[in-house]
Amino acid sequence: MNDTALVLRAIDKRFGATTALVQASLAVRRGTLHAVLGENGAGKTTLMRIAFGMLHSDAGTVEIDGAEVSFSSSADAIRHGLGMVHQHFTLVPAMTAAENIALGGNGLFRAGDVAAQVRSLVERTGLAVAPDARVSTLGVGAQQRVEILKALAHRARTLILDEPTAVLTPRESEELFGWLRRFVAEGGTVVLVTHKLQEALSVADEVTVLRAGTQVLTAPAAGLDVHALVRAVTGEERTGPPLRTRTRLATRGPCVARLVDASARDARGVVRLQPVTIECFAGEIVGIAGVEGSGVHELVRLLAGRLAPTSGSVMLPTTIGFVPEDRLRDAVIETFSLTENLALRDAATRTGRMPWPALEAQTGTVIRAHNVRAPSPATPVGALSGGNQQKFVLGRELEARPALVVAENPVRGLDILATEHVLRELGISADAGSAVVLYSGDLDELLPMADRMFVMFAGALSEVPVNRSAVASAMVGAMVGAS
Amino acid sequence: MRRPDARWAISAATVLVIVLAVMALLLAGGHGISGSLAAMWNGAFGSTYAVLSATLVRATPLLFVGLAVGLAFRAGVLNIGAEGQLLAGATMAMTIGLLVGGLSRTLALPLVLIAGAGAGAAWAGVAAWLKQRFGVLEVISTLMLNFVANYIISWAVRGPLQEPTHVYPQTVELSDAVRLPTLIAGQRLHLGFVLALALALALWWFLTRTAAGFRVRAVGASVDAARSAGGIDAAHTAALAFIASGALAGLGGASEVTGVTFALYEGISPGYGYSAIAVALLARLHPLAIIGTALLFGALEAGAAAMQRDANVPSVIAVVIEALVVLGVLALDRARSRRMS
Repeated sequence: MNDTALVLRAIDKRFGATTALVQASLAVRRGTLHAVLGENGAGKTTLMRIAFGMLHSDAGTVEIDGAEVSFSSSADAIRHGLGMVHQHFTLVPAMTAAENIALGGNGLFRAGDVAAQVRSLVERTGLAVAPDARVSTLGVGAQQRVEILKALAHRARTLILDEPTAVLTPRESEELFGWLRRFVAEGGTVVLVTHKLQEALSVADEVTVLRAGTQVLTAPAAGLDVHALVRAVTGEERTGPPLRTRTRLATRGPCVARLVDASARDARGVVRLQPVTIECFAGEIVGIAGVEGSGVHELVRLLAGRLAPTSGSVMLPTTIGFVPEDRLRDAVIETFSLTENLALRDAATRTGRMPWPALEAQTGTVIRAHNVRAPSPATPVGALSGGNQQKFVLGRELEARPALVVAENPVRGLDILATEHVLRELGISADAGSAVVLYSGDLDELLPMADRMFVMFAGALSEVPVNRSAVASAMVGAMVGAS
Repeated sequence: MRRPDARWAISAATVLVIVLAVMALLLAGGHGISGSLAAMWNGAFGSTYAVLSATLVRATPLLFVGLAVGLAFRAGVLNIGAEGQLLAGATMAMTIGLLVGGLSRTLALPLVLIAGAGAGAAWAGVAAWLKQRFGVLEVISTLMLNFVANYIISWAVRGPLQEPTHVYPQTVELSDAVRLPTLIAGQRLHLGFVLALALALALWWFLTRTAAGFRVRAVGASVDAARSAGGIDAAHTAALAFIASGALAGLGGASEVTGVTFALYEGISPGYGYSAIAVALLARLHPLAIIGTALLFGALEAGAAAMQRDANVPSVIAVVIEALVVLGVLALDRARSRRMS
């Protein structure tokens, strides 16, 4: 009797000139939680897509429960008891949770039956979802639960989750992991794709590390520590945990950006930001904390000059570098070349002819200065890994030495090296005299960087001392005060 | 990964599939394949006259309107109202042509062409305004405006613009001063063709070399990134491209009236505005490639007309072929993107 739920053996995969996987292997034992770690571009997602029948490997085999299989589509994989929760959800926003879960089924659709089925599934699994709630009205955590329920409704025994915590709050992550542990305890199998090492160590039974498309480590999590994982993931010897240090400024420069009683509405006209006042000075990093939906999104866009205030006054410098959170939606055009994406920066104000040779030279400079792994400036941005895309975006925005840099969750989804690079560059930029506004959902990123801290809650902004307990209590206090 | 030759291979494969489908249709209709196709070939390329007075003359409006659709689609504007914009251009060109027919050609002809372009721009401008002001989808508004333009012509040629005897539902013919000169004596090919070619080059240059053209492409590729990363006023850019697209289609209408028909009547366009969508899509919205696809479709329509005349095969076969082209391009594109991902 074989005790493996899923085995990938010696998988090769190439995309045109790019090699994604070289003899990559992964063996997941039944009834375990197996973490797959690696940098952006290490081949984690590609390997999982092959396991789930979304991609064909060029060489190598896939085994389910010890038997070799050949999937021609993910429908085959689902029939073999696999379920996958993608990093970018695959739900239909206009349909209800129950309708989404019923998608991919056969025969007749009876709303009542489906709702009852979903309710019993919810009861059995403890994943709280209202069957008749429209997906577009659900939060990210709830949408993820719908995805998991969808997989379970198709009788998945092995769940693959691709970066499931990238979009979750720490509390939601804890809840998810609690549930995954129970699922494993009841005999299920989980493959957790992540780049967060600590997370993998704390929840996984076993860990596999991929580097440059090859498996470099498989071991029980119990025998590993963060340093060993960092070595495996980066292939570099390091002393101590990742560093990000910058010299704090003793005196700050002139005021660069100022909002006075500025308020804002979202696209649907709902007031998201009560009148706020904030000043940013040259040479400092202003940290902003706040949960999703607190108006932090609107505040960031006001400061970046990407949103007009509903009321109040806004004073901004002429040059602003903006690193938006949703890179593929807001920062780059995937089908455009690196040069064309660089050209986006001054696109609104440029007149006359496009200075393509100069733009291409600038792109080359950014590629070199920020160590962007790209074959040439003519490469489409979509062909780059996420980390390299982000390094490119940052390079583009910083290259013009803007007076103000606004970065919105700039390291979300990035691996250690790319994270370090991005944070270091923001620090250098502040030291060079820019005012930097940094919003992050992760206090561990924010606190070491910030010279001043603000907390955003329910549309109101307050300044707090730069330490964890002050920020945490401000967020809690605001929550208590508002409820 | 993105080898350009692969894309053209797909277009070539599309054409092959269509040729086979057409042969099957001919057989099903009980027509001899060789006789029908020979008639078609002769009608499109069989003689100097076929090329210079049929194929290229048919290709001219398709080129104008194909460029119009290409520009709009590049900007992310689904303008399927090029037909209405062409009709608006034809109507206005006719009206102004009747008014200024007595002036000298150097003065009158540009006036008439500008009037046509202006009317097309205004017709598209209605849809652009509806979109910006009320969020009306341009797919619906432009389609509806096609019908409105059609009925305005029906009314005009029975009312204010009808010829003086009030017998025929059409206008009188334009005077020589407001007719586009022919390029070669004895052939129907007129200056409009050269103008359309020049516009194709100009549009290509605009999209690839100018800052404004880059904004259009950026907005068409991603409204969010154009706004966020580029700070571009996306709605404004798309609206301007929309209006310019209408102007191109309107100019096409003016070119038809002043170069081919010399009069306005119902059915002045056999659906050029709709064929243009296929012309633009088959060329992957590339202005220079649109020259090629417009010529191909011009030959097709000229050939289909000859096939009806000489081999008694209904000329709607051309419409079937155009529909197959759109379906073929979409299906093959889809297959290609699936293979690539």
